[in-house]
Amino acid sequence: MEISPSLAIRTQSVCRHYQMGEALVRAVDGISIDIRAGEFVALLGASGSGKSSLLNLIAGLDRPTSGTVIVHGNNLAALSREELAKYRLRTVGMVFQSFNLIPSMSLLENVELPLRFAEVDRRERSALAIQSLERVGLSGRLSHRPMELSGGEQQRASLARALINRPKLLLADEPTGNLDSRTGTEIMDLIRSFNHSLGMTVLMVTHEQVLAEKYAGRMLHLADGRLLDDVPNISSAQAPAARGKAQ
Amino acid sequence: MKLYDVTDLAVRNLRESIFRNSLTTIGISVGVASLVAMLSLGIGLQQLASQRLQKSGLFDTVVVTSRRDLRNFREQREDGPLPAESPALDEPARLKIAQLPGVVEAYPDIRFITEFRFDDKPHLTMAGGVPFSARNNNDAFDGMQGRFFSSDASPEVILQKSFAEELLGIKPKPGTDDTNIAELAKSILGKELTMRYSERTASPSSTGSADSAAYSVISRQQVLKIVGVTDLDPDSMRGAARARVFLPLKLAQDLHVIQTGIRDTSPSDTPTYTSLSVRVADPNQVPAVEDAIKKIGFSAFSIVDATRSMRQFFAVLDGFLAIFGSLALAVASIGIVNTLVMAILERRREIGIMKALGASDADVRGLFFAEAGAMGLVGGAVGVTLGWVIGRLINFGTNIYLERQHFPPAQVWSVPLWLVLGAIAFSIVVSLLSGLYPAARAARLDPVQALRYE
Repeated sequence: MEISPSLAIRTQSVCRHYQMGEALVRAVDGISIDIRAGEFVALLGASGSGKSSLLNLIAGLDRPTSGTVIVHGNNLAALSREELAKYRLRTVGMVFQSFNLIPSMSLLENVELPLRFAEVDRRERSALAIQSLERVGLSGRLSHRPMELSGGEQQRASLARALINRPKLLLADEPTGNLDSRTGTEIMDLIRSFNHSLGMTVLMVTHEQVLAEKYAGRMLHLADGRLLDDVPNISSAQAPAARGKAQ
Repeated sequence: MKLYDVTDLAVRNLRESIFRNSLTTIGISVGVASLVAMLSLGIGLQQLASQRLQKSGLFDTVVVTSRRDLRNFREQREDGPLPAESPALDEPARLKIAQLPGVVEAYPDIRFITEFRFDDKPHLTMAGGVPFSARNNNDAFDGMQGRFFSSDASPEVILQKSFAEELLGIKPKPGTDDTNIAELAKSILGKELTMRYSERTASPSSTGSADSAAYSVISRQQVLKIVGVTDLDPDSMRGAARARVFLPLKLAQDLHVIQTGIRDTSPSDTPTYTSLSVRVADPNQVPAVEDAIKKIGFSAFSIVDATRSMRQFFAVLDGFLAIFGSLALAVASIGIVNTLVMAILERRREIGIMKALGASDADVRGLFFAEAGAMGLVGGAVGVTLGWVIGRLINFGTNIYLERQHFPPAQVWSVPLWLVLGAIAFSIVVSLLSGLYPAARAARLDPVQALRYE
């Protein structure tokens, strides 16, 4: 199968089914989508619609029951556990609703963590982590522990950590879910600026239609594990860029 | 992940639950301490027994006699030249034997019964020559009062305790051995003893005839200074013919005292010996040296190395002690498994985060292994120290008991370097084995499930 270099993500009839006792849960049920490099895409849907499950499949955290997930030419279903770990390390940056910073580590250490897995030299990784924290406006909080920071600051640190390995793909799972609207906007502005400045593809899970309309260039609506709707968002600042790339 | 990062993260994680991890580490320490204490006692006792036996000269000495001596009944069964063809056991033969591989030294056995005068009273007893090397390799002189000979030919004597008692007219109560050797030595050391003996000199008529048996006997006396009193018998190997007065070997040789049993009486410039004592470097080499001596044409006799069976016994004993010692370590290893499994449950989410950020199964496994290994290393090091202290205390207590029983002090405990390193290595290996299951479990953790965990 020929994959265009501009294509970041392609899923083909991807399914993720779970057995819950007697019942078969179809978390993702035959979704096929193409996302171009540099796009800002929002995955929308109610709780249990399968948006996080689809995100986990694209993140390489989970494996599809059937179908294929191809990210930047990597067929994730065919990768070994070791190769999947490398894929998560080098290709993907993740931001979570609950920030997922390690409480026993300082912000600097948290942001450095992916570089440890990438076996980057100590001095170099410290410099990179400081740079990354500066980019999200946290240069004064290097030695603070996550619990000493506000939700917005924690999410910014989480964003700095996601970007430290310069991934091609930023996956955000409800990044503003635990934040007030003003802080949420700050975070979304940051994500959009990285999407623009670094040209990285952003796939964001959210259930906030307003947020998606404001930031995403394209909105995918999911329900019961299926893709209901794939809508380009003309009102978003992202939309012209996305359209430009599509042409 | 690099080794430094694995270690750094492991130490950080251990510090996070310092109380629980300390308790687990103390468990390992107690296990290692019991192992070290048990083995150090086994090794100490083995060394003590082995040194005693080796220093006794029983197993590293070969006694060489000439086959010309018809009293030697063993020669009938041995290969080699007939008695009449056997070479003379003289100085060239001694030098030849001394140069055989494995031989440390070969010296003549010189012993004779003669009269000693002390306070103008005569005392008849057996005197023996002691080689100068005995100061280091014969433990009979270890606890000696006074000192060893100042040289190989100095006119000095060391007395056996019973002879010193005889000279001073002290009669120990029958069945007791309570005479204080230090008191005894104080009253006799530095005093002089006159030895009266018969010197054998070559007869003028025999000059020019090597085969001549003609010699003269001249009565002489030699004043000797008493420099030492020994409690143990330095001459224990030769059993019945025990000497009670010891002279430096060279001095005893130079005196040319007539010895009982000497048949070949060559002129004094080429001395011929009744027998030689050949000291071998290692008891294991005794049979080879014995064979080599027989090939030259002499009779050789040694006692079968009993240290070998003793070593076997101690190997079994050490094995049992190690098993008992290891039981505590086995219990401690269950503690490690428990601690690490608890850590997985507590850090489930953290493991999920690390995997989402790109940690491989090997990274997570390595982290848990490093934590187990670090607990093993610290536990092993503390345990060895603890075991060393316990061993010292046991040794200290034993020596207090020995002193009360009027026994010389003994080192019943020994912690060689291999035991220190071995115990720490064993502790790390046991800890790593204990970490196998938790590490594998942590590595297999599903990141999606782990991230969902609150």
